[in-house]
Amino acid sequence: MPTLYEELEKDIRFREGLKACLNCGVCTAICPAAAVSDYDPRQVVNLVQERNESELENLLKGDLIWKCGECLSCKTRCPRGNVPCYIIQALRGLSIEKGFFIESEQGRKQLAIKRTVGDHILKYGYCVYIDEVDNETYPEQGPVWKWMRENRVSMLKRLGASYRENRSGALRNTNKESLKDLKKIFDETGGTARFEKIEKYSSEMAKKMNKEFSEEKDEYWRYLYNE
Amino acid sequence: MSTGDTFITNNIRHTEMKSGKNEIWMAYQKEIADDHYYLARSCIRQNIFPAAEDLLMKILRDDLGREIYDDERQTTCSGIAYHSGLLPMETTMTVVARQFALMNEAGYENFVVSCVTSFGIYAEMLETWKHFPETLKNTREALLRATGKTFTIPANIVHASDIIYKFRKEIGEKLKYRLVNAQTGKPLKVVEHIGCHYAKIFPSYGVGGAEYPYVLAGLIDEWGGEQVDYPERRHCCGFGFRQYLLKSNRGYSVTNSKIKFDSMEPYKPDLIIANCPGCTFFLDRWQYVIAEQEGKTYGENGYGIPVLTYEEIAGLLLGYDPWDIGLQVHQVSAEPLLDKLGIIYDPESKYRGYKGEDLGKPEKPHVLKTI
Repeated sequence: MPTLYEELEKDIRFREGLKACLNCGVCTAICPAAAVSDYDPRQVVNLVQERNESELENLLKGDLIWKCGECLSCKTRCPRGNVPCYIIQALRGLSIEKGFFIESEQGRKQLAIKRTVGDHILKYGYCVYIDEVDNETYPEQGPVWKWMRENRVSMLKRLGASYRENRSGALRNTNKESLKDLKKIFDETGGTARFEKIEKYSSEMAKKMNKEFSEEKDEYWRYLYNE
Repeated sequence: MSTGDTFITNNIRHTEMKSGKNEIWMAYQKEIADDHYYLARSCIRQNIFPAAEDLLMKILRDDLGREIYDDERQTTCSGIAYHSGLLPMETTMTVVARQFALMNEAGYENFVVSCVTSFGIYAEMLETWKHFPETLKNTREALLRATGKTFTIPANIVHASDIIYKFRKEIGEKLKYRLVNAQTGKPLKVVEHIGCHYAKIFPSYGVGGAEYPYVLAGLIDEWGGEQVDYPERRHCCGFGFRQYLLKSNRGYSVTNSKIKFDSMEPYKPDLIIANCPGCTFFLDRWQYVIAEQEGKTYGENGYGIPVLTYEEIAGLLLGYDPWDIGLQVHQVSAEPLLDKLGIIYDPESKYRGYKGEDLGKPEKPHVLKTI
């Protein structure tokens, strides 16, 4: 069986992202996640290049890899051409593949994102759709959004959008053929399998935590999303 | 930022440096196709600024005489899910390939990306195919198996703001208003915010690269405004993908935006413009949240600093009606900016629906003042 490090090396982003880190910390200096939390990309890269399997497993089961915001500011600044964010992307992928993501508070939240953005892609053809963006789930949207959303049929028509219409334009109904194409692409390239893994491992964790687990915004989802 | 024009330091005219600087600057330019565009819409923009992409197309068609195609069959690039750690790279790569296939089928070769996250995604997949040719082969096979489609790589790929930048002088000649305070005659102070994925990942894809991003600053210079150069100018807005998408994690997002607001505040900006859908959204909405939670407002008299997209500011200055281009769906009120620009508008039309019916008014926030 391949080691965790060998698994990571299969990901071209990992190979592109890790050359030789000299631990200068420029990535951490520029990092917005490091500005607002204890996240430290320098520490992650340093740990990964040690190739210590048990430390790698801890990393994959921990919160740290989920704290990056993938802004990729680190790519511009590393003097050695490393990309800590690419390494994070590979670590996140492997954490899900191995089922390690449910071991950490942040990792297990992937289910909440899969049930929103992930499922929206296959339902609407886009990551975001106005019908799903209510003020309770997204309170920062504020009163203007609430008003716009309540009056969306008329307002969106005034603004030239094609909301719920079968023609080109903003917020149209994505046609069935396009949605079918997306689903087949997901089936063909591992997207569907990834989603199924997230659901399967999450159902086990929900059971362990004694939270109701069914679909959409169930008790487990609400716990992950809000707390 | 100087673009290589003559400048004066300590009363010495450095004209001899001009040609050298111009040469350096040329290395930071990119090719932006002149006409016949295929538009890839943005997930966020369609919802949050639902008139913006249509305004872009109107400006191109009606004001600049260019042609742009809006394909009914297009979809997301899946970038938000990809950068949230949800999707394998192969999935996003094949979704991108399908978008290119649609462009081919429609008979276009100039791909225009409305979203900055998407722009970074397209650049990443193109660069990956270039450096790892087996991934291109695998993607072609996966797309064919899944959809029966084949594709060719676009001749030209740009962000939508690149096009407004390219035509900034032509637009400048048609402007009814300029970025100037109509009362005082002084230039408006404009903050420009470039989305991280525009050029921080692949600098050669952006005007001015990662070091001297000029895609929005060029609009400010051309249209009479004054750039605000503040310490956190290039700091991320704080989207953070999975950090914003979860209510529990949103402190990441609002805190990073606050870092920017606090840093720009002493320069008293009249306006913020941004080229990224997420950034425009967050810089608008987090002002509301900071006001309500902390009692702190930015901008003048408690109204906040208006945040506009590049085509919204172009449209306003060209004379489009602010309520037809969707400025009433921003949380920070646009009126203080409209008044400064000397734009006459109908307050009664702001909250009217498609048939002119009265749709009522949004509730007033407790702290952030709105009109």
